[in-house]
Amino acid sequence: MDIKGRKITVHDMSLRDGMHPKRHQITVAQMVDIAKAMDEAGIPLIEVTHGDGLGGASVNYGFPAASDEEYLTAVCREMKNTKVSALLLPGIGTVDHLKMAVDCGISTIRVATHCTEADVSEQHLTMASQIKGLDRVGFLMMAHMIEADELVAQLKLMEGYGANCVYITDSAGYMLPDDVTSRVALARSELRPETELGFHGHHNLAMGIANSLAAVAAGANRIDGSLAGLGAGAGNTPLEVFIAVCERMGVETGVDLFKAMDIAEDKIVPMMDHLVRVDRDALTLGYAGVYSSFLLFAKRSAQKYNLSSRDILVELGRRRTVGGQEDMIEDLALDMARARGTIQ
Amino acid sequence: MSKKVKAAIIGPGNIGTDLLMKAMRSELIEPVWMVGVEAESPGLKRAKEMGLKTTSGGVDGMLPTMKADGVQICFDATSAYVHAENSRKVNAQGAVMIDLTPAAIGPFCVPSVNLAEAVAAKAMNVNMVTCGGQATIPLVAAVSRVQAVSYGEIVATVSSKSAGPGTRKNIDEFTRTTASGIEKVGGAASGKAIIVINPAEPPLIMRDTVHCLTVDEPDQEAITRSVLEMIKEVQKYVPGYTLKNGPVFDGKRVSIYMEVEGLGDFLPRYSGNLDIMTAAGLRTAEMYAEQILAGNFVPTAA
Repeated sequence: MDIKGRKITVHDMSLRDGMHPKRHQITVAQMVDIAKAMDEAGIPLIEVTHGDGLGGASVNYGFPAASDEEYLTAVCREMKNTKVSALLLPGIGTVDHLKMAVDCGISTIRVATHCTEADVSEQHLTMASQIKGLDRVGFLMMAHMIEADELVAQLKLMEGYGANCVYITDSAGYMLPDDVTSRVALARSELRPETELGFHGHHNLAMGIANSLAAVAAGANRIDGSLAGLGAGAGNTPLEVFIAVCERMGVETGVDLFKAMDIAEDKIVPMMDHLVRVDRDALTLGYAGVYSSFLLFAKRSAQKYNLSSRDILVELGRRRTVGGQEDMIEDLALDMARARGTIQ
Repeated sequence: MSKKVKAAIIGPGNIGTDLLMKAMRSELIEPVWMVGVEAESPGLKRAKEMGLKTTSGGVDGMLPTMKADGVQICFDATSAYVHAENSRKVNAQGAVMIDLTPAAIGPFCVPSVNLAEAVAAKAMNVNMVTCGGQATIPLVAAVSRVQAVSYGEIVATVSSKSAGPGTRKNIDEFTRTTASGIEKVGGAASGKAIIVINPAEPPLIMRDTVHCLTVDEPDQEAITRSVLEMIKEVQKYVPGYTLKNGPVFDGKRVSIYMEVEGLGDFLPRYSGNLDIMTAAGLRTAEMYAEQILAGNFVPTAA
């Protein structure tokens, strides 16, 4: 693979996707401390919000330690060079949240939908396009569930609504490098040349690095990762590892590798409630194609109803559940427990 | 039963046609007009075959004769954008407007919870909230009538095929209007609504989860009883309204897991989200009709 000389933008997810393994309990002080260190390390773009994006605070996804507004305000005002993004899932957050985040000082809004449902992002991307200077990203989740041509048709919708960058998102950590190559390459050839293309990986099959490299080789120029891999499931593409690999391959990220390593080792890992790694359940997510943030919900329901979390996750995959359906997990666990006669 | 109240349906799309099929069975409502804007609309043709007067000239096409035709109730199954205008016009002709769009210019109406109040108030325009609202607000109310609810949250999951272009273009309207209904009709101090669209094949039946946080420790027995009673109430007009699991109690959290299967009149059975709107709209019209037929209410132009 020759990607020497390529320039890419890495986007850190630790303070958004990383909220999932932290049950949304990262404090404002921790966020500010980590964000400042990332600024110092030259990470160009970081995402900050509840794990499920703006407005994610809920019984269904978990109540965070602080509000989106508090996190964003505190982080944005401390940044010297690093830009801050916020995620918005239509159906959870609204344009009111988007406006609030812009007022807090974000420079990028990422509007995320399930891979087949891009048209629900029209309202939000259109509004974002009216805000001067705002970087607008369309983010298609669970992209493994449809073929490349269908996916590209959905990406084009987002491009049409005003996204200047679109993402192929492997929310389940299910894709293999060839899956990434075919999707990114087709998107690159079909989208406007000026539209940026991004890839967001999860490390459930330990493919985070390989998939991100495949994405770059096929034409993506934005890559998501998180330091120490702090993210849902087995985490995101471990960013400090990816940066090291990029250096070896002559790809320019602009990030100070040793500083990034130090943040991962000295700040992120000590903050983890559990070691974010490819454990049995995280591996099941990748194997069965299940939304990565279901992990802790399945573990909790399994414990509560005396079931195997792997069984729950496999069944969620079989039912083709999509991101946001966390409420299915307890419902399903109750059905499974009843079928086994452990509850009435 | 001989006497019925005459009604017009505005919007001959999927919702309007399903509503027509349900209304044809009603003992209190007689649909006499179907109003559209496209002459070639299959919904208009179908209505004509079923013996209704039709127009493709919009509400204006019906206005000259609607009073003479005895129309006292109208249903609007078009869009929020044109609803206010439609409502003003039919109200001026002395007909009550039942709003199935998310325009929400009139008071919210969820039949099993506050229909009697809405009818008693003799409102000339009532709004049916949203599909997710119709499916979940009764259960928030079932908890809040037992004890104070500080927070009510609902998650509505609908199949991709049952989420129409109107919903998709303005999905924020769903979350806002539903959240407002959870507070105003459901009785929660604060409300939140989430909608998830799932493209699985075969399409999944509408699912709804209701989470309530009670102010004090929940009275499990009383809440369970109240929830089961409320489900029976809703089943009177939506037979496929089914408790899947719960109420589950976890500290002050009360969670209820529901499935809503439609009757399959015109819309497929999985689209319980659309069925519950048409059924609730018709149920509302029937309550108005009872009052009109009993001489308790004469809809009149303001």
